Amino acid sequence: MSTLSLTSAFTLLLKRDMTLAYRRRSELVNPLLFFVLVTAMFPLGIGNDPKLIEAVGPGVIWVAALLAALLSLDAMFRSDFEDGSLEQFMLSAHPVSILVLAKILAHWLVTGLPLFIAAPLLAVLLNIPGDAIPTLMLTLILGTPVLSLIGSVGVALTVGLRRGGVILSLLVLPLYVPVLIFATDAVKTAIVGIPTTAQLSILSAMLVGSLVLAPLATAASLRISLS
Amino acid sequence: MIVRFFHQMGSPRYFYGVAGKLIPWFMVSFLITLVLGLYYGLFVAPADYQQGESYRIMYIHVPAAWMSMFIYVVMAVSGLISLVWRIKMTEVVVISSATVGASFTFLALATGSLWGKPMWGSWWVWDARLTSELLLLFLYLGIIALHSAIEDKRVAARAVSILALVGVVNIPIIHYSVEWWNTLHQPASITKFGKPSMDMSMLVPLLTMAISFKLYYGAVVLMRARAEIVERERNARWVQELVQEEAK
Repeated sequence: MSTLSLTSAFTLLLKRDMTLAYRRRSELVNPLLFFVLVTAMFPLGIGNDPKLIEAVGPGVIWVAALLAALLSLDAMFRSDFEDGSLEQFMLSAHPVSILVLAKILAHWLVTGLPLFIAAPLLAVLLNIPGDAIPTLMLTLILGTPVLSLIGSVGVALTVGLRRGGVILSLLVLPLYVPVLIFATDAVKTAIVGIPTTAQLSILSAMLVGSLVLAPLATAASLRISLS
Repeated sequence: MIVRFFHQMGSPRYFYGVAGKLIPWFMVSFLITLVLGLYYGLFVAPADYQQGESYRIMYIHVPAAWMSMFIYVVMAVSGLISLVWRIKMTEVVVISSATVGASFTFLALATGSLWGKPMWGSWWVWDARLTSELLLLFLYLGIIALHSAIEDKRVAARAVSILALVGVVNIPIIHYSVEWWNTLHQPASITKFGKPSMDMSMLVPLLTMAISFKLYYGAVVLMRARAEIVERERNARWVQELVQEEAK
């Protein structure tokens, strides 16, 4: 049996994934570029009326974040599935759900966190007033991990499929709706200047709930996909 | 006794036989309740004081919407059973229900939109119920797509079961968030016809239609399950004997 403690297994896996991501730096930038590009397309599509852009701004940023998360999801287990390391995780003595959580965390650090950092810039581009930018960043830091967590279930179910990408979006996007609703509403409320504790509390509740449940569902799905 | 019953129902061969005997009963009672419900709903029940005759689409719309949620719950429950106890027949029920559920959801959306045109003046409004029904349709389509994408049907059934369970946890969250979003963004632009405590002359046909739709679902799910069983067990001896008998 393995003498490795669960904590060190977790950190080792996290370090491994981060190193792998760092070695492929050019791929790291892709979701971020996609996020910025999609956001920049909207003013071109709807016209340059500042009021209109301000009104749709929070929604645009969040829909772009959703799509960027979706785009990067497929890579979460893909390479591990192809080279067989995923099967080794299944065989390990540690609970798969915790190992999966390490992978999800690594995925979020690589794809979710950059969105969070880029968000103020995009907020300025979309005329979102400065007072609302902290709220936007709060919703992103609470909401993007939920996207990675819920998404991991969908990826785990489709990892064995050759063309899982389209199905993945069909599986995952309807489940993203609550995050989208509360996050954009928080930002819109902040723009008007009303306190946003209610929305942020609900987003935190979603984060905690999915943090507990999603790894279990993902582990079960991975077992099925690998069987 | 009960244990033995469940044990027997878990065997594809036994299930196939019992289902075959049940289907005509479901079909006949479905047709009877359908004719009764439609007759009382469309001809006998009084016209609505506000909406006139056009409210009568309710007798299709409301039962279809009920069924769309009922079937999803059935799928999630049988999904749970098949994941925990690995019963083949509940796996078959999950798969067989998905298409029927999606059809009912689509029916509810289509009739809702037909109803919305005279009442709200547009085919579609981003009303909370319509929106969550639309999302429910996407969840059904996701299940169907995932099932058809996985080659091995037993693996597919288990994957779909997990998805149904994840969905059933999320449906209330999605529903309430959509409702919240709706109350914030569309205050009272829709004159919902509230809930004027429904008269018995309208309620009875509605419930009859609801029972009728449930019976229809029962009949169709058993038919689909039988087809699925024969396909899965096509190498089993009893299926081959069955085919040879049919061929005679």
